[in-house]
Order: sequence, then C-alpha cells, then structure tokens
Amino acid sequence: MHRTGSLYGQFKTLEQQKDTATLGMWIFLVTEVMFFGGIMLAYTINRHTYFHAFAMGSNTLSLGLGGFNTVVLLASSFTMAMAVWSAQTSKKGLITLFLSLTILLGFVFFGVKYVEYAQKFHHHLVPGKNFDIFYCANNPAKCEDIDAADMAKEKEELEAAAKADPDLNAHAQLYYSAYFGMTGLHALHMVIGAGLLFWLLKESVAGKFNAEWNNPVDIVGLYWHFVDIVWIYLFPLLYLIDRHK
Amino acid sequence: MRAETTGPAPQLPEKHYLNATYGIRSWLLTTDHKRIALLYLASVTFFFFIGGFFAMMIRLHLLTPNGYLLTPDQYNRMFTMHGVTMVFFFLIPSIPAILGNFLIPIMIGAKDLAFPKINLLSWYIYILGGAFTLWSMINGGLDTGWTFYTPLSTIYSNSAVAPAVVGVFITGFSSILTGLNFLVTVHTMRAPGMTWFRLPLFVWAHYATSIVMILGTPVIAITLGLAAMERVFGLGFFNPAMGGDPILFQHLFWFYSHPAVYIMILPAMGVISELIPTFARKRLFGYHFVAAASLAIAVIGFVVWTHHMFLTGQSTYAAVAFSFLTFIVAIPSAIKTFNWTATLFGGSISFDTPMLYAFGFLGLFMIGGLTGLFLGALGVDINIHDTYFVVAHFHYIMVGGAVMGYLGGLHFWWPKITGRMYPEWLARIAAFILFIGFNFTFFPQFIVGIMGMPRRYHTYPPEFQIYNVMSTAGASILAVGYLLPMVYLTWAAFYGKVAGENPWPATGLEWKTQSPPLTENFEVTPVVTWEAYDFHNRPDLGLDVPSGKGSPGVVAPAHGDD
Amino acid sequence: MQSPLPTFPEQASNFAGNVDALFSFILMTTLFFAVLVTVLIIFAAFRFRRQSEKEVGDDVHGNNVLEVGWTLIPTIIAIGIFAWGAVIYVNYRIAPKDTLDIYLIGKQWMWKLQQPNGRKEINELHVPVNRNIKLIMGSEDVIHDFYVPAFRVKMDVVPGRYNTMWFRPTKTGKYHFFCSQYCGTNHAVMGGWVTVMEPAEYAAWLSGESGDVNPVSAGERLFTQFACNTCHLANGTGRAPSLNGVFGGNVLLADGSTVTADEGYIRESILQPKAKIVAGYQPVMPTFQGLITEEQILNLTAYIKSLQSQPVPAKGAGIAPASAGKK
Repeated sequence: MHRTGSLYGQFKTLEQQKDTATLGMWIFLVTEVMFFGGIMLAYTINRHTYFHAFAMGSNTLSLGLGGFNTVVLLASSFTMAMAVWSAQTSKKGLITLFLSLTILLGFVFFGVKYVEYAQKFHHHLVPGKNFDIFYCANNPAKCEDIDAADMAKEKEELEAAAKADPDLNAHAQLYYSAYFGMTGLHALHMVIGAGLLFWLLKESVAGKFNAEWNNPVDIVGLYWHFVDIVWIYLFPLLYLIDRHK
Repeated sequence: MRAETTGPAPQLPEKHYLNATYGIRSWLLTTDHKRIALLYLASVTFFFFIGGFFAMMIRLHLLTPNGYLLTPDQYNRMFTMHGVTMVFFFLIPSIPAILGNFLIPIMIGAKDLAFPKINLLSWYIYILGGAFTLWSMINGGLDTGWTFYTPLSTIYSNSAVAPAVVGVFITGFSSILTGLNFLVTVHTMRAPGMTWFRLPLFVWAHYATSIVMILGTPVIAITLGLAAMERVFGLGFFNPAMGGDPILFQHLFWFYSHPAVYIMILPAMGVISELIPTFARKRLFGYHFVAAASLAIAVIGFVVWTHHMFLTGQSTYAAVAFSFLTFIVAIPSAIKTFNWTATLFGGSISFDTPMLYAFGFLGLFMIGGLTGLFLGALGVDINIHDTYFVVAHFHYIMVGGAVMGYLGGLHFWWPKITGRMYPEWLARIAAFILFIGFNFTFFPQFIVGIMGMPRRYHTYPPEFQIYNVMSTAGASILAVGYLLPMVYLTWAAFYGKVAGENPWPATGLEWKTQSPPLTENFEVTPVVTWEAYDFHNRPDLGLDVPSGKGSPGVVAPAHGDD
Repeated sequence: MQSPLPTFPEQASNFAGNVDALFSFILMTTLFFAVLVTVLIIFAAFRFRRQSEKEVGDDVHGNNVLEVGWTLIPTIIAIGIFAWGAVIYVNYRIAPKDTLDIYLIGKQWMWKLQQPNGRKEINELHVPVNRNIKLIMGSEDVIHDFYVPAFRVKMDVVPGRYNTMWFRPTKTGKYHFFCSQYCGTNHAVMGGWVTVMEPAEYAAWLSGESGDVNPVSAGERLFTQFACNTCHLANGTGRAPSLNGVFGGNVLLADGSTVTADEGYIRESILQPKAKIVAGYQPVMPTFQGLITEEQILNLTAYIKSLQSQPVPAKGAGIAPASAGKK
C-alpha cells in the first residue's frame, strides 16, 4: 500500500513524481475551464439577449452576502497559500492550522450559500413550475425578510423591467437557471475541495509534509485557487449586473 | 512472412503480467496498465455486441418499406441506442483504452502510466456510466437519437432520457482521465533517449487524441448536464417557451461531438502508422509530417463544428466560414494518406492479416473522407444533409476506418498481449469477409441517400427498397466478419502457437520485451539510441540489410536529437 | 429534367442543375484521386511484395517537395469546391425580392401550410411553376425539416424562430417532400407532396376546388390527405379509435355516456374534437376548423360510412362496449 511521500513504482525519482502530479493537476484544471466555459457561454448569450431580465434577476441577489462570500473565499485562498508555504518550510503545526482555517472558511461560504438558496426557495425564485419573479412584489407579507425600502426599489425595478420585456418572468427564469447552475456547480467543486482538504489535514497531522515532500499540498492548493477564481468570475457575472445605479 | 529465428520454437516466458498474481481481486483492483487494458477489452467488446444487436434490429426492420418487425417507437429506440452505445461505449474508448493503455508505457520505455490508480478509476467510471445507460435500455430505452437534440429530448420525448444522459455524462470522465493520463505520461515518463521525434507515431496519435479528449469532453459534460437539468428541473436554456434556444444546444453538443470523431479516428490512424512500416519493412515516409498532421487534425477539428448545422437557419456568413474550415481539416488526413501510400514504394511488403486491415483502412477511410467533401460543400449539403448519404459517410470512416484500425491493431499486438499467435489463414478470410460485408452494407446507403431517403426513417417509399435489402444482406455478412475474430482471438489466447518476443519482426520498444510482458514491462529500463521504424540500424531484428531495390525520392540525412 | 447523374431524382427547381453540377465535379475530382491512390497502392503491393523472408525495404525518410505538392494541390482543389458550394448556398439563403410567400408550420407529425390568399393545406403544397416561392416556416413543438429532393432544397424548422427558404420550381408535376430532422415517433410518415402547376391552374386551384364525383373515394383521399389515417388506424393500434363499423353504432365516451355516431357526430368530431372524447383515449385530436370545407366534411363522412362493413378490431374499436381502448 503506497503512502504519501513514498516513491510510487512507476517513477524513477521523487522529482519525477512531483513534476508528473503537478502537470496532471494543471491539465485537469484546463478541463475544468472547458467545463465551466460551456455554462458561461450559455450565460453570456442569454444575458446579451435578455439583458433586462438578467439585470432584474441580479438585483434580487444580496450584494452584502455575495460580497462577504467573496472576501471569505479570497481569505481561504490566502490561508491555503500559507499552508503550502508552511509545508515548504516544514512548519508542521502551521500546516495544520492553515488547512483548518481554509476548511473553516469554506464552511462559512457554504453557510452563506445555504442562507441565499433558502431565501430563493422562499421567494419562488427557483426555476420550475412555481417560479415567479413578481412573487415578493405581489405578496410582500410573504417576503418579510425584504425591508420596506428594498421592496419599494424592487417594485420599481420590476415595473421598468416588465415594460422593457413583456416576457420578463420567462426570461428571468433563464437568469436563475444560470444562477443555480453556475453557483451549484461551483459549490459542488468546493465540496470536493473540502474533502481533499480534510484528507490533507489528516496527512499533515500524521506529519507527512515537509520541505522535501509537499507536493499534495501544492496541487490541492492549485485546485482550491482555481475554485476561488471561478467564484471571482461568478460574483460580478451574477451579482453585479447593472448595479451602478 | 515473418523472419523466424532458426532454432527451437519459442516458449512462453515463465513469469509475466497474466500469471504474476491470481484471483478476481488481483484483476478488479489491479493498477497494471496491461490488465486494465484487458478489463476494457472485455467491457468494450460487451458494448460492441449490444450496439451490434441494435444495428441488426435496424437492418432487419428496414428490409421492407413498411417494416413489420418493430413499431415506430421501437425502431426509434433501436437507432438511438445503437448510436449511443457505439459512439460512447465502443468507438471512443476502443483503441485508446485497450491498445493505448496496453502499449503506450511500453512503447516509451516506462513501467506504467503516470497515474495507474486513476487509470483503474477510469475503467470503473466507464462501467458506472455503462450501467446507467443499460438501466435506460432496460427501462424502455431512449428515442431521441444519439444527438439528443432539444426540445425533443428535454421536453417531448417520453423515453428514459435522464438515465442515458447521466450515463454518457459519467462515461465522459473516463475519457477525460484517460486523456489526462496519456498526456502526462508522454511528457514525463519517457525512457532515456526516447526523444519526441523517436516516438512511435502510435504515441503521437494518442497524444493528439488526448488533447481533444481533455478539451472537448468537458463541454459535452456540461451540455448534457444542462439538458438533464432542463428535463428534470425545468431550467430553460434550450426551451423556446422560456426564451431559450434549441440551437444553443446544438452548438454546445457539436463543439464536443465533432472533435469526438477525431478521438475515434486518430488512434486508428496511429495503428496504421505502425502497421504499414512493419509490414513494408520500411520507415514511415514523412514521419514529421505525419506527426504534425495528427496535431493539426486535433486542433483544426475544434473549429468546424457548425458544419453539422448548415441548415438550422443560422448566419450565412458563419456557415461559409465553417465550410471553409471543414475543407481545411480534410487536408492533414490527405497528407497522411499520401505518406502511407508512399511508404509502400520501395518496401518489402507482406500480406499478414494486420496489413490486410491496413489496406482495407486505406481504401475505406479514403472513401469515407472524400465523401466528407460532398457534405462540406454548402451547396451540395443542402440536398444531402440528414439523408443516408451522411450515414454512409460516417460509417465508412467509423467502421471502415476506425474499426479496421482497431482490428488490425488487435491482431498485430495479440502476440504481445497474449504471447500466442492467432490462426493466420482464418484471420485473413475473416478480414476479407469483413471488407466485402462492409461495402455491401454501406455503399448502397450512399445511393439511397442521394435518391432522397432521409435518415432515422422507420418506413420509406418503396423505390428505396432494393438498396435497403442490399444493405441488410451486407450487414449479415459483416456480422459474420465480426464474430469470427471474437471466436478465434479468444481461442488463440489459450491455444495459439507461442509467438516469442518479436514474431513479425517490428521495430517498436514493445517488441524488445517478452511476450506477454512482465508486470513492470522491462527488466532494465531501456536506453534508446535508434530512430523509429529504422530497419536499417536494427541488427537485433535478424533481417538482411541493406535491401536491393531502388527507391524513388531522396534519402534525407540522418536526424539529430529532437 | 432528368439529372445527368444516375439514381438522382429529377431536376425540378432552379437550384437542382447547379447542385448536381457541383456534385458531379466533386465526384469526378474525388474519384480521380481515389482511383489514383488505389492504383498506386495496388501497384506497390505487387511490385514491392516481399521476395525473401529476411528482406527489408529501402531507407527513405521522405521528400519535402512531394509533401508540399500533395498539400498544396488538394488545398487548391478543396478551396475551389468550397467556393462553388458557398456561392450556391449564399444564393439559396438570400431570397429574391419578388417571391410568392407561403407559410408553413411543422408539428408532430404533420405540416400545415397556408397560401397567400389564406387557403390552407395539410401535408400538401401547391405552387405555380416558374415563380420564386418563399416558405416562411415555424414549428409548434420540436425541430423538423422540410426537404424536397427533386428541388434539392431543405431547411430546418425550429421552434421559437422563423426560418425561410426559397426556390423556383421549373417543371410541373408532383414531387415528394419529407421531414428531414428526427422529430419523434412518426418522423418517417411526416411527408407529403408538392404539386407544381401551370399558373392558370394554380390560380384556379387557389380560389376553388375541382370536385371528385364519387364522395366515398374523395373522402378516402381526404382521409389520407388530412392525416386522419396516422392516428385512426384500422387495426385499432393507433392513438385514436378505429373507425371500422363505427358509423351508426354507439360510442362510449370518457364521461360514461354513449352517443350515436351519426353525420352530426362525425362533423362535430372533426371541428370540435374535444367536445366528446371516446373512453380510453387522450384528447389529442387537433381541430380542423378553418382547414376543411363543408364539402370535404361531407366526403369524409361518406367514406366513414363506407367503413361500416369493415371488420371491427378486438381492441381499439370506436364503438361501445368493446372499446376498452388502447392507450
């Protein structure tokens, strides 16, 4: 049974093993770019065609929560980079600390996402039979979490958008298809990343990583940074449409 | 004829990868690329026969214009499942996952692929995807066509779309991981002295294929994912009622599925590039050009996808641009064909079974490729798009090309894989049966397509019947041609004549190890100092050098390193 | 006129000649190269066959001049073919200004067409010869495709957008058209006929209808023309009940009541099919209101009456009480 840090049979040197694994991870990230690229294309085409609906949809998202999550993920990339540095400098205790912080920040992200998704369910903004972009405007009592000032603003925006796009509800559903599709896919990748981080944590506690061998931390770090970068794209694309008003 | 070493008949080596360990767990949990290749061989063959069963149902039903065998819905499921099974579970994995997996590490002088466990994972993912697709078949099957066009697949079809889409989605990851494995392996695991331009063209072909696999397959994954989301959860990217666009699906779908056909043919071309030098005992003419052509096909193949959509009502300018690119992508394939042909001149040609398959490939791939020119020409495509002309075109390439390459490769490397030879005369007869059966099956389809018979038709006007009958008759011969190798190759694996290290002889590194190879492939890591297909500098092959025939063309000076 | 190429359909539109000419050109070019390469392969296979067991071939690396040559020449030919094809296509995609416009809707599994004066057709297209015809096409459900082999034209019919195609018929006659984009169960029977007529005849047709003396045979033709036969299969296995033996009998309805199948019932079923649903069947019959004349209804009724004596299937009959029905 092969253990972390030992030389696997197909390789001649630890150096070759490291280079191979790193190249493998980079190529894998290229495939991820193609994967997300497909849904980004669908998003781009539909945003161009149905700008008003997309702007309307975007304005129903919470800038505060989204912005907070962005900071959380950026911080987690920092802690991840610190974990890699700690491994490279053989600081065992710090590796564990920074990995734990990264995992923690990841879970904070999940928590906020849960709150956002729950809100969408509540407001009838999930694509499907019950989707209704006008739900909260028509039933303010049912959407108590939106305060009066925001509700008034939303009603105004809805009116303007509906005038510009008579089929607003159908097209807003497209925006929310993009929203759930893209953030859902992203969240799935984060869950996988969290799993990898837990594994890294276990290995680091067992003392496997040091200056001589830290490749797994390095390449999981690559993956984690990639997932972060995807969010950096998603945040403006989904949350910041037409927000300059 | 093979250069047989004088002396006693070869014996099977005592220890090799097949008897290194025993028991079902040693196979199902193996990380040996050779055993994984055999796992793929078994499962890919299984799906080939399932796809073949569907093909048989199609051809039997089409014997009469008002087919009595199947109801329309049943027939629609037959051609759909035939396409899905053959494309995703046979053609795409076949050569890379079986021959590629087995040979690439040995060809480059390595002990295994870069990521052996991921290699095993690839197989399990393939099995899981296959299980979902079988589940779809058991639940009444799928009737959307393998192309899953929306909104038929997302809204209107009443068949088991979701499990099939999930199955194909999952299997895509098998392809991605295999491609990733091959790319990294070729980059980092070559033996000392095995420079890029000493690599066998089989490896170049798989390198190019792997580029396509990793860049293209994720796109079909997200496309099918979105389609599944639409069907199950009501997302609306492809639904016109919600403002979505069915044609967006086609763009996303064909962005992968066109390069996918290059995933299917490039490995076969790689096999041919091994067979012809071996059986003409002459280095491949224009090695660098053939290697470059493989890469060119992979790259240009990504920018022609809209030629499947010339008649969807899209921009005329886009259609013109994509037609132009389609003609450009044909050129590297032509270059390869000319180089293969030129290799024959001045060679010493024998007609062993693998070479017969290579000849078959040359003729049939040429017809298939040339008929692509008719389809790429916009003015003609208006007439023959979505007719049987298209069906004949792609079967000439997929079956006449890729499957011939696959079978030729299986025969060529069977002695290395099993240590034993297949029966030569029976194999030649089977190759002829295949060739004849194939042409009878698919050539009439060109004609009936020109006459106006659209594809995916369960019933047709009576004037098309004669060609359909011919096609079905050919298919029955073709079936025999496929069954024979399944039987005698299996027999040969246990009872064939022991082959020895290099029965042909051929020049690749894989022929400098025992047959079957050791688990770690080589006792000592080889150090490579010779060029590929260099019969003139290989005294170890036991051949008479130099040959006495004059050759056309100029002998280029010897190449340096890289 | 007959196409110069064997097995081709006749040439009946302005595009056909040019398309066939390009096809011939590609055929001759590709045939030339295919034969050339094949002859070279066969020649080499014989000329250079192995003479002795240990013989090897010559040591030839390649020839750059040949490589450039056999790259450039096919490229030039390919571009030539591309250009010719593109010209035909661009001409095809951009309709001339003076067209006779006909609207076309594809749906599972029939075609509904409307002439400029509002006259509607189902699965049939009547056009005058030597006029530029433009079809403006939409779909009610999935993607279909309208294909006329004799004209060498086709175009997808896509839900959510209109596609247009144009052609000029050059020869009178009847020409098959097909659905050419897989669209589900009855994709293969979703065809019909284009009838190209002299202008005077077309004008006459457009404004009235030439009667068929025998109402039963006229009705039988209409039964096929309006695609009734695709659902009302005589053997009862279709989506709609068999009409054998129905006329004059009692029909069991979904709400449990029965009704006598008389002339009025037939007429109501054609114009307001959802008014009375036969037990065990779905309300999927489209209405023919506006698509059918009273005279045509009478002819259809006469035909259905004539089916009284036809054998009633065990399952899927239109009359109670055996109409347990098939889904």
